Amino acid sequence: MSELLLDVANLKKYYPIKQGVFNKTKETVRAVDGVSFKVNKGETLGIVGESGCGKSTTGRMIMRLIEPTDGKVIFEGQDILNLSKHEMRKVRKDIQMIFQDPFASLNPRQTVGQIIEEPMIVHKMGDRKKRQARVQELLELVGLSAYHAKRYPHQFSGGQRQRIGIARALAVEPKLIIADEPVSALDVSVQSQVLNLLQDLQKKLNLTYIFIAHDLSVVRHISNRVGVMYLGKMVELADSETLYREPKHPYTQALLSAVPIPDPENKTKRIILSGDVPSPAHPPSGCPFHDRCPVAKAICSEEIPHLRELADGRLVSCHLVD
Amino acid sequence: MSDSILEVSNLRTSFFTDDGEVPAVDGISFSIKEGEILGVVGESGCGKSVTSLSIMGLLPHPQGKIVGGQIMYEGKDISHLKEAEMRKLRGNDLAMIFQEPMTSLNPVFTIGEQLTEAIRLHNHMSKQEQNNRAVELLKLVGLPRATELLKEYPHELSGGMRQRVMIAIAMSCNPKVLIADEPTTALDVTIQAQILDLMLKLNQETHTAIMLITHDLGVVAQVCKRVVVMYGGKIVEEGDVKDIFNHPKHPYTEGLIKSIPDLYSKKDKLYSIKGSVPKPGSIKKGCLFAPRCDYVMDKCKEQVPELLGSGHKSRCFLHQDEA
Amino acid sequence: MLSYSIKRLLMLVPVLLGMTIIVFSIIHAIPGNPAQTILGTKATPEAIHHLNASLGLDKPLYVQYFTYLKDVLTGNLGTSIQDNNAIASEIWPHLAATIELSFAAMLIAVIIGVNAGIISAWKKNSVVDYIAMIVALIGVSMPIFWLGLLEQWIFSVKLNWLPSIGQTDITSTVAPITNLYLVDTLLEGQFGQFWMVVRHLIMPAVALATIPMAIIARMTRSSMLEVLGSDYIRTAKAKGQRMGWIVYKYALKNAFIPILTVIGLQTGLMLGGAILTETIFGWPGIGLYVYNAIQARDYPVIQSGILIIAFMFIMVNFIVDLLYGLIDPRIKYR
Ligand SMILES: Nc1ncnc2c1ncn2[C@@H]1O[C@H](COP(=O)(O)OP(=O)(O)OP(=O)(O)O)[C@@H](O)[C@H]1O
Ligand SMILES: Nc1ncnc2c1ncn2[C@@H]1O[C@H](COP(=O)(O)OP(=O)(O)OP(=O)(O)O)[C@@H](O)[C@H]1O
Ligand SMILES: [Mg+2]
Ligand SMILES: [Mg+2]
Repeated sequence: MSELLLDVANLKKYYPIKQGVFNKTKETVRAVDGVSFKVNKGETLGIVGESGCGKSTTGRMIMRLIEPTDGKVIFEGQDILNLSKHEMRKVRKDIQMIFQDPFASLNPRQTVGQIIEEPMIVHKMGDRKKRQARVQELLELVGLSAYHAKRYPHQFSGGQRQRIGIARALAVEPKLIIADEPVSALDVSVQSQVLNLLQDLQKKLNLTYIFIAHDLSVVRHISNRVGVMYLGKMVELADSETLYREPKHPYTQALLSAVPIPDPENKTKRIILSGDVPSPAHPPSGCPFHDRCPVAKAICSEEIPHLRELADGRLVSCHLVD
Repeated sequence: MSDSILEVSNLRTSFFTDDGEVPAVDGISFSIKEGEILGVVGESGCGKSVTSLSIMGLLPHPQGKIVGGQIMYEGKDISHLKEAEMRKLRGNDLAMIFQEPMTSLNPVFTIGEQLTEAIRLHNHMSKQEQNNRAVELLKLVGLPRATELLKEYPHELSGGMRQRVMIAIAMSCNPKVLIADEPTTALDVTIQAQILDLMLKLNQETHTAIMLITHDLGVVAQVCKRVVVMYGGKIVEEGDVKDIFNHPKHPYTEGLIKSIPDLYSKKDKLYSIKGSVPKPGSIKKGCLFAPRCDYVMDKCKEQVPELLGSGHKSRCFLHQDEA
Repeated sequence: MLSYSIKRLLMLVPVLLGMTIIVFSIIHAIPGNPAQTILGTKATPEAIHHLNASLGLDKPLYVQYFTYLKDVLTGNLGTSIQDNNAIASEIWPHLAATIELSFAAMLIAVIIGVNAGIISAWKKNSVVDYIAMIVALIGVSMPIFWLGLLEQWIFSVKLNWLPSIGQTDITSTVAPITNLYLVDTLLEGQFGQFWMVVRHLIMPAVALATIPMAIIARMTRSSMLEVLGSDYIRTAKAKGQRMGWIVYKYALKNAFIPILTVIGLQTGLMLGGAILTETIFGWPGIGLYVYNAIQARDYPVIQSGILIIAFMFIMVNFIVDLLYGLIDPRIKYR
């Protein structure tokens, strides 16, 4: 079960911002700033964090949809950042992505059948007949019907479109699926349908997921392990039971306490953080969270904490945790 | 019921489009008492925003129209008030904040210009007094550097700060009722916590009644006392927040609550309501929820149940005898 | 704002240099030997040689270009072949006439066009909207010469209200100070003369204004419609603001960027010489000046005319760019 599939080490993405009269690079946006994690076969790694913390950038770099500035992405033992375009194509078949916006990510002029078939054509899988049989099979797998293949995306509801996106990702039999906010645009009642579908498929097809979301309850529900990001860095990474029961990083604690619980009897005291997330172009010195941290000490503004392993196996990057 | 400040009864609002009449809000009744926080929940398209726009008299013209019912504000029906009369209420007695903090402020005017505008409209104040009030309001909503902020433009502010400015604008004339249409949906959780905290504080300090529209049951549970649950342009359940969450009567409410993943314990499988939200006007006969309901009876497909009960009301045949 | 202006100003330098290069090459784009073309087929070799030398055409190209650039920068635009006058002094009155006409036309186009567009958007799908937009549609498709002749026929011939031709009455002479007659007459305090100049200006300005006015009206309408549907307009309504105020003060500023673009482009086109209008109304503008030069194959004049027209176009765009920055606070960050 715990066979390593993906090993991401010290991944970085810096965007230069050009400004002023001579278009000089004035500052750098550190969208992702040294993120490391491992993903085992068959598990789901959740990545949470607030808007702009670099979740999507991380997900896209793993597929090299965005070229990393630095770092390693080792998938099944080979560093895919060194692969040529041609070699990368083979890897792309093993890693697929599901996007947030079920409206924008499907071509409105293609039928659902064509949309799902396309990745198979790109990767030269089977002949026309086999592919179409597979389209039917995939549609049923995600809870739609074979006759839906002839329709266009606009004829479907948001939840159904997300199912189409999932079917497209599954078409090439990937090993790893990176789902970037797959349920954020959906209504609660439809969201649970899609979450259940993703879980069923994982069991059936032995899939591995990286599940990116900002909704902490959703991430908890679907993930075995969860990583919390803040300003381009991973601040805590642990088994989801451990993380939610006993968050160690002050940011994780604040984040969890901020979630409104749908239970009027349970009005926990919320930790209200002051201010906003700083801009990744001007991250604070030392710990990126120190200026909003309710327990910050002098050391926090001076030294950058590193992600280290605690006795219970979790990883935390905070000076004050032991 | 006499202490209710806003009373909506049997409100029906339709859109007249090329495809005919779309009944977006179909006979809803509820009331807001002075100083209370009423939650309105429901999934996308159920008519939450249309309800609030109807109250404010801000329906898109000419497609959107109130076709029936009353909106009583302080004992007076405002549903067909003349525009000039309505303008005196808007921003003064009735204020509103919107979901999209990013686009709800005019990008080419300063924060100061936009904030003093509302103050100027409904009060006679000198420039200096207006400015002082603006600074005071920015401080009230917890924004630092208030004086400098007045000279800045919306794009220089983060989403959370803009929503605070929107709240400051809404609060500028001490409204009796504040309608907040998904005020935190576009914001991050930690910022959402700040904004909700602020709204609770304002509610306690100023006794402004708040109609909080949201699709997030968590927000409702944490902030509201009374809740209205909407589905397909109708109210399907109404009651005290504890009753609704502990003993939901309508299968839709029950399904919604069960669909949310839990932050504290892991369920194996989530409950899910089958199907999806119907388009308004697409179900002609019977209960709108019947096609998705686990407890559906023959009767449900033929007749529309009434919203019945005292205190805790529901629109479901399963509970009609209790009333 | 300052850094934005400076950046724009610096960007102007390569554009202007490029412009001089292109204008410079015009004389070399003439097929065959320019001197031959200028003098005609019957010219003697000596005459051609002489002209070549006087035009500097026997020197290497880059030397010729730098000489030309130096001349232009020092205000020397060469001499006209037709009458041997210095072009620099000859061209200004024509340019002034065009500027005066364009300014008047643009004023009419903007005032009427913007207001028509605003009211159309505000009262969308009303009778006013339909009428305004039908008129605008007719306006864009109206042939100018036909409109000009129609104006002359009605207001000069039939009603005898306005003079049909020229910039001033033939009998009167305005002592040129700036050559902008409206300004000159006022400077001299001759209000009768001023009124006479205005009367001459009306018909050509209206003819020239028609198409830009229609284009501006349509652009204003679509831009305003977009703005009026936006969230911040809803916010303004929720404050209890009056619709008239919202439309004119609040929304117009947002909607003005695309309108400004159109105004800039159209002004540029007008300054480029409204040859048709100038011909019909005998308006001694730069369009007519260059047109005559083309007829006479007066290449130095053609070259200088094009240089001035291109320069005006670039300057108008530069001003529009600066105005963008003034209207929209977000632009300086781009
Ligand atoms: N092309 C780019 N140029 C400059 N900065 C960028 C670019 N793309 C992303 N960024 C910045 O990088 C940071 C991370 O962006 P990213 O999209 O990964 O965030 P995210 O965690 O997915 O947020 P969200 O929840 O909003 O999707 C943001 O601050 C963003 O502004
Ligand atoms: N301008 C319009 N023209 C036609 N129909 C409209 C218009 N605005 C809203 N509707 C319809 O009215 C119904 C109710 O819309 P409303 O905006 O109130 O939903 P909501 O509950 O606020 O949803 P959300 O959570 O997505 O904001 C929708 O089904 C929509 O299709
Ligand atoms: Mg993202
Ligand atoms: Mg809404």
